[in-house]
Amino acid sequence: MSENSDGTGGLTFDKSKRQWPNELNVFGALILIIVIFEVLGQVLPYMNGQSLLFDTRDRFDTIFNEQRLRIIIVQVAIIGIIALGVTQVIITAGIDLSSGSVVGAAAMIAMSFAQVAEVNGNPNPKAIFGEWALDLPWIIPVLVGLGVGLMAGAVNGLLVAFARIPPFIATLGMMLFARGVAQWWSRGNPVSFPTESYAQIGAGMMPVIIFLSLAVLFHFVMNYTVYGKHTYAIGSNEAAARMSGINVPGHLVLVYIIAGMLAGLAAVILTSKNLTAQSGMGLTYELEAIAMAVIGGVSLFGGRGSIIGTVIGALIIGVITSGFTFLKLGAFYQEMVLGMIIVSAVALDQWQQQRAASRA
Amino acid sequence: MSDIILETKGLTKHYGGVHALEEANFQLKRGEHVAIMGDNGAGKSTFVRQITGVEQRTRGTVVFDGAEVNFAGPLDAREAGIETVFQTLALADDLNVPDNLFLGREKTKWNWLGPFRLLDYKAMKEDTMAGLVKTGVKIPNIKNTIANMSGGQRQCVAIARTATFASKLTIMDEPTAALGVQETAQVENIVRTLKEQGESLILVSHNMRQVFDLVDRIVVFRRGRIVANLNVADTDGNDVVSYITGAKTGAEYEGAA
Repeated sequence: MSENSDGTGGLTFDKSKRQWPNELNVFGALILIIVIFEVLGQVLPYMNGQSLLFDTRDRFDTIFNEQRLRIIIVQVAIIGIIALGVTQVIITAGIDLSSGSVVGAAAMIAMSFAQVAEVNGNPNPKAIFGEWALDLPWIIPVLVGLGVGLMAGAVNGLLVAFARIPPFIATLGMMLFARGVAQWWSRGNPVSFPTESYAQIGAGMMPVIIFLSLAVLFHFVMNYTVYGKHTYAIGSNEAAARMSGINVPGHLVLVYIIAGMLAGLAAVILTSKNLTAQSGMGLTYELEAIAMAVIGGVSLFGGRGSIIGTVIGALIIGVITSGFTFLKLGAFYQEMVLGMIIVSAVALDQWQQQRAASRA
Repeated sequence: MSDIILETKGLTKHYGGVHALEEANFQLKRGEHVAIMGDNGAGKSTFVRQITGVEQRTRGTVVFDGAEVNFAGPLDAREAGIETVFQTLALADDLNVPDNLFLGREKTKWNWLGPFRLLDYKAMKEDTMAGLVKTGVKIPNIKNTIANMSGGQRQCVAIARTATFASKLTIMDEPTAALGVQETAQVENIVRTLKEQGESLILVSHNMRQVFDLVDRIVVFRRGRIVANLNVADTDGNDVVSYITGAKTGAEYEGAA
């Protein structure tokens, strides 16, 4: 852009003011963490030179330890789906604390429509409804799960956008309410024995395929559609968005509905994978989803962050979880380290913002 | 088509018992640049807010582009062709220049997708470049977010927004109040460019030198009333100050203040 390289105000094109995509930093952190585990695998005496991600055994001619890679991504896929929605909510400068509980409620309700009529020749002992709700096609419980998420998201959005209740409080209320619904639904009893077709939804690598497909979809939506642009604009400067003619309340409701529906979908996949629904399902998922987004560079002040960042954030959590198991260290160390990483990610983000502001 | 782009008759605004604006009769010709001056609380910003629909007037009429108008809000005014550059910048910090220029009125493709319709980045970038060239605004890299720009550059982006969309009237409320010397010069250059292009402009300013440099006519407000309507060629700084402070009142406005 040479025609714009100098200007009336003494402006010059300054390479140092070019922007470095934040996703590269997050990706760098992921590589760094992998390197640390690889080095520890070589250095620690009791590890006998094992590798976290690479296949060092001669028996197989693959480069990577595919089994571990698969575990890493499968274990983060379901919460990752929730994180895709939470990312969008946080970009509007909101927060969604309800997603874990919405998973619980959607799991119980959706599973009630996915049950088989007969288990080993006997009537299904866990059946919630009468015969009319047994042996239904798989699409019905899926729609029910999405519907529960949609309703929870709509309530969140209406409370935030129209009743002007702070997102933290509105979704905290929904978090308690939805968990209550999950427990009330079958008086705390698990809902089990899904149909064969329903069990296929979350089988094997399906959660990963769904997670990555949705990540690609929402990456596109956030970057190339009006919806995405307005989501960033609202989080960046809500007053400016309003003055520019954006329907801010309507847009916020839509964002919370999408987040709720993604939580509902996560519930469907989770129950399908586990072949049962329990009222405690999804406990603390909301916090893990927020952690994925924050580690991935999504700013809690809104306006900044991306779907790619959140996917890398999810992978970081997956690698750390796997890495600690690999090093045979207890889960408590893992949580301590995750806690430190989350705080460091936000501190780093703050520092970078201040530096950018003082340079401008 | 009438020669007058904007006319107010008996424009009045009361905030409860406070008479912020009383019987303002004001005319602006097409292509004319007029400054509004006055002490703090004289009614300048109140006057602007009634025209742009930010507030609803107590009484009086506003005629814009030949038709009487009643804007329900700033968006109505913008759609009718009044672009306002506010004192507090209405820009989204985390978006880049084209995104801010087109915020709320994006160029799109595949509109049947509703809220998920696609952004036409190419067309918006081209229009942005055209708008920046038209106003003479120099931005090192329009792909940078607003957060990485200086106050002057931000103000220029806000002003370029008015030029990108063929507006009929531009209103600037203290556009250089928060800027340094160089940045002020840059904004003033843009205002001159707008003048050359025949844009009508209302400039609210405290800066006497700036006003004498840029506009054709000065309208002075005092205590909610218009007290003087002066051609820049026939007046000087001392004269304007006398009107602002109330030492003098224009002949046709005798008894007003």
